[in-house]
Amino acid sequence: MRSLQDLLAEHPFFAGLDESTVSMLVGCSTNVHYRAGEYLFHEGEPADRLFVVRRGRVALDVHVPGQAEMVVETVEEGGVVGWSWLVPPYRWFFDARAVQEVSAVAVDATCLRAKCDEDPALGYALMQRVAGVMYHRLQSARVRLLDLYGAGRAG
Amino acid sequence: MLPRPFRVLATRRETHDTMTLELAALDGEGLPFAPGQFTMLQAFGVGEVPISISGDPGRPDRLVHTIRDVGGVTRTLCAAREGDVLGVRGPYGHGWGVSDGAGGDVLVIAGGIGLAPLRAAVLELVASRDRFGMVHVLHGARTEADVLFGEELLAWASGSDIELAVIVDRAATSWTGRVGLVTELLGGAAFDPGRTLALVCGPEVMMRFVAAGLVARGVPPGRVRLSLERNMRCGVGLCGHCQLREYLLCVDGPVLSLDAVRRQLGVREL
Repeated sequence: MRSLQDLLAEHPFFAGLDESTVSMLVGCSTNVHYRAGEYLFHEGEPADRLFVVRRGRVALDVHVPGQAEMVVETVEEGGVVGWSWLVPPYRWFFDARAVQEVSAVAVDATCLRAKCDEDPALGYALMQRVAGVMYHRLQSARVRLLDLYGAGRAG
Repeated sequence: MLPRPFRVLATRRETHDTMTLELAALDGEGLPFAPGQFTMLQAFGVGEVPISISGDPGRPDRLVHTIRDVGGVTRTLCAAREGDVLGVRGPYGHGWGVSDGAGGDVLVIAGGIGLAPLRAAVLELVASRDRFGMVHVLHGARTEADVLFGEELLAWASGSDIELAVIVDRAATSWTGRVGLVTELLGGAAFDPGRTLALVCGPEVMMRFVAAGLVARGVPPGRVRLSLERNMRCGVGLCGHCQLREYLLCVDGPVLSLDAVRRQLGVREL
């Protein structure tokens, strides 16, 4: 069985962090598993963890009044779920649901924020990673806003 | 320049706005073509539009077009029934050059209706599968209901050693696949960038993003091929409607390599 240290060190989100830094993060982390259909969190609940997805697929769902729930994004193996722990009031903005069986490492947000406060270099390294993922998600959302497939070409 | 009459042999609804028509020439002569080429397809008395050939290049006796209803002429074409006669000019233009990918990996990346012009390329890959390394088909669609050739995609994946990935812009919770931008599929695809041929078709903005992603992965721009669309009218390089600076897309394209058009793609109003 692989240790949390190995799981975090191997994950693309933490690529480039040295061993001692990863060890520090291990203290904030737990291994979690979800069956297909189970929720990692619900909209409005306290955003208390960062999920580092090791296996499976997580859907971010949003409830649209009067309509069925919609999936706005999926996160796969190698991705991370959850930013709301970074910004007050620390509440989830979407539901996160395991589409398939999901294995992840859940990093406690309070612990993580405290370590970042104690060690600005760690904080900066993590913020760079978080910003990178957010940048790609924002690009994806903006391009999809254009609804490119909705018009144009006939065949 | 005169259209040849073709009879509609069969029609198939692909999505709520897209139909596939199977046609055969009234004179019995087939229409040999290269994947990526198009014809000028005419609904008599209504008009003529450029439509890529989506059929099997090994079956020139059957001309197959997948058409999206985006206006007057295409609405009439989509409403064609078995037995109707349509006019066909062509085939025209430069195709994908699929065989240039032999000995290496091939990425087929399609956004929306862009899978139609690529279907012929995939059929060529399937027919000579052992000449190629990894073959990936990456398809982005607006919603689950807009995924083109759904059953055929699964058949390619299960029967032809093709890696298939589909992603949609948004979905109902019943969808178990991926939701996001088609570029996100590149990250999960295993290929040898230096020996990869990438065939890309979709909205031009999407192709720019995909092309940037491919180059970032190390695919040489000369091995990234895009199918471009402008307002094609004559199909033979006379009228100039489809001009893209130094190119007339009906004869120089519609498929051009990224290194040939990268500069033009960044120019507004071109």
